[in-house]
Amino acid sequence: VRACAGPRLGAAMMEGLDDGPDFLSEEDRGLKAINVDLQSDAALQVDISDALSERDKVKFTVHTKSSLPNFKQNEFSVVRQHEEFIWLHDSFVENEDYAGYIIPPAPPRPDFDASREKLQKLGEGEGSMTKEEFTKMKQELEAEYLAIFKKTVAMHEVFLCRVAAHPILRKDLNFHVFLEYNQDLSVRGKNKKEKLEDFFKNMVKSADGVIVSGVKDVDDFFEHERTFLLEYHNRVKDASAKSDRMTRSHKSAADDYNRIGSSLYALGTQDSTDICKFFLKVSELFDKTRKIEARVSADEDLKLSDLLKYYLRESQAAKDLLYRRSRSLVDYENANKALDKARAKNKDVLQAETSQQLCCQKFEKISESAKQELIDFKTRRVAAFRKNLVELAELELKHAKGNLQLLQNCLAVLNGDT
Amino acid sequence: MSAPVIFDRSREEIEEEANGDVFDIEIGVSDPEKVGDGMNAYMAYRVTTKTSLSMFSKSEFSVKRRFSDFLGLHSKLASKYLHVGYIVPPAPEKSIVGMTKVKVGKEDSSSTEFVEKRRAALERYLQRTVKHPTLLQDPDLRQFLESSELPRAVNTQALSGAGILRMVNKAADAVNKMTIKMNESDAWFEEKQQQFENLDQQLRKLHASVEALVCHRKELSANTAAFAKSAAMLGNSEDHTALSRALSQLAEVEEKIDQLHQEQAFADFYMFSELLSDYIRLIAAVKGVFDHRMKCWQKWEDAQITLLKKRETEAKMMVANKPDKIQQAKNEIREWEAKVQQGERDFEQISKTIRKEVGRFEKERVKDFKTVIIKYLESLVQTQQQLIKYWEAFLPEAKAIA
Repeated sequence: VRACAGPRLGAAMMEGLDDGPDFLSEEDRGLKAINVDLQSDAALQVDISDALSERDKVKFTVHTKSSLPNFKQNEFSVVRQHEEFIWLHDSFVENEDYAGYIIPPAPPRPDFDASREKLQKLGEGEGSMTKEEFTKMKQELEAEYLAIFKKTVAMHEVFLCRVAAHPILRKDLNFHVFLEYNQDLSVRGKNKKEKLEDFFKNMVKSADGVIVSGVKDVDDFFEHERTFLLEYHNRVKDASAKSDRMTRSHKSAADDYNRIGSSLYALGTQDSTDICKFFLKVSELFDKTRKIEARVSADEDLKLSDLLKYYLRESQAAKDLLYRRSRSLVDYENANKALDKARAKNKDVLQAETSQQLCCQKFEKISESAKQELIDFKTRRVAAFRKNLVELAELELKHAKGNLQLLQNCLAVLNGDT
Repeated sequence: MSAPVIFDRSREEIEEEANGDVFDIEIGVSDPEKVGDGMNAYMAYRVTTKTSLSMFSKSEFSVKRRFSDFLGLHSKLASKYLHVGYIVPPAPEKSIVGMTKVKVGKEDSSSTEFVEKRRAALERYLQRTVKHPTLLQDPDLRQFLESSELPRAVNTQALSGAGILRMVNKAADAVNKMTIKMNESDAWFEEKQQQFENLDQQLRKLHASVEALVCHRKELSANTAAFAKSAAMLGNSEDHTALSRALSQLAEVEEKIDQLHQEQAFADFYMFSELLSDYIRLIAAVKGVFDHRMKCWQKWEDAQITLLKKRETEAKMMVANKPDKIQQAKNEIREWEAKVQQGERDFEQISKTIRKEVGRFEKERVKDFKTVIIKYLESLVQTQQQLIKYWEAFLPEAKAIA
């Protein structure tokens, strides 16, 4: 499967997804859903211009347009895989200089397992259903696969765009290598040992987080942010999960419409009375309304579930920032204590003074940038929610009106015939 | 052995047209009320009849009946009319589990649902029964509708809807072994049987899909409600005032939508799903009637074989010159000649009745499906209209986030 992401969506890709040109525009909006307020300026523009899904991996074509002197050319593309995005993200996290920034959350791993499994099951069960049913279901599953594919492309693109839009991160050397170096970065997937190390690192971090967060902050702003983020993160997590479940139920119901449509069609073609036409018309209605219901589910997924999922990850990144600041505060406080001790003993005072100064600088630097980052985070969040909620409502309205018209038209025909 | 077909058919059809559908009688089953306690408790339903037909003493009246009364009515009608070719609508199924919960006094939503499902099924059962012109004339039916006291129906265990179905299926199995022998002179019956077989299969498939829809719609409702609560919580913790308000409003919208889903699931079930399950059972009754015709044919056939044997016996006796045995043989021949004639008449009669019944059944089926499906589509229309209202109200709230 090949798909073009970004604002230039080929009509060919939309084939088999649904009919009606008016559905195209949502895809444009959908992919940039999370991408709010990201000024793409001439200095650096990044997007994923193409993607290819192979057996067990996805190859993204990262396309860059830049007027910066750092790059050899003004426009170039490289091919990257998911692991390389993770490598880039992790390099940001591990970089002490970026401790004061919200690191854009890493894109989730492309996961086609469920979709592939369904397609396989369909292939196995081909004998047990009619040709029409099989074709219908196949189209549906292919559309599903395509939707997941487009989503993963969007997630990876958003990550890059966030980096490119960040005044400091966009200058990062690893980022430039990622964009420009047209060979494989040889960032093989983490082996077991490394994964285990990561696991422990995270455990320690969260344990630390508990200790550190117990300390009440002198600064009101950060105190408020900490309380807010902890609660917000948990609630966004819950809302995201519930939204997911809701969207999936919606899809199940839409699938049922599909089967009902097929059964009605069979009834219509086999019946001997004048009810055939009736059944065929209702079957047609179910087929059409099912397409709309499937779109409702897909749009809810895009505008609501994905939004919540994204802010789950972003709020975690913000929490991580707060944690890093708290750690640097603890380091600062410890350096202060060490300095007092050194002065009291009159031993290694200069060393202690230097160390204390460094900690102080680090803490103040982090606090300053963290404050701005958190304010920006709020601005971005509000804008993203506004955009998505407005679009959600508009799409729900559009689909409900579409459904209503379908139903009313059908009823007019059926009542006219009876 | 061919029945006079074409002539009668057109006459029947003309008769059909002339009768039209002037059945001014309406039955309602309502007010389920628990009577008694413990395992002896039962539900009493109010059966109200509204009619302008002169055969009834009043134009509106009601009685109290319990489930076994309905089963008793059905068993009486079935025993009188099924074997002569009338399609007697089957009574609703018995349910030990469902009823036990009600008896034991579990006042939860599942037992209320069960009672409502049964009430609706009983109402549909009576409506179908009174629509049948022949059954409407039946004194047992009139007594059921009119008399304040009804003798307790016994042995309803054996003759519940499921019981009849089992009997019919057993008969069908037995008859299937005989099918090869029957010399079907009338292609109409063979065609019709095949059609009903196909229809049965298709309806079962459709019914399974609709049941899945009901299930998923209920799931959707529950998940929407859960999301609504979660969104409200999120709104509470959001520290941007306008966004917080919008999220709370989103939660409210989703709560209302949950209600919509519940109502739609209700319609999915009571209109669409139950229509299909009713017809699946009706078609079983139709199949039963066809099988009775086969049994009738078999009886006629057997009578002819026996007559032949009696004639052979007579011939033997004549040759053997036994005057008293000859007389006996002649008596028996007369007896069996009568039986053969009766058998032929019965077979012709049941064939005629079935043709008429099937014609009426098909007309009813078409009307029923059209009416109910249109009603169901109208429920879908309502849902969409409500959705539009809710989202139109929410949109400005979302836009107001600043």
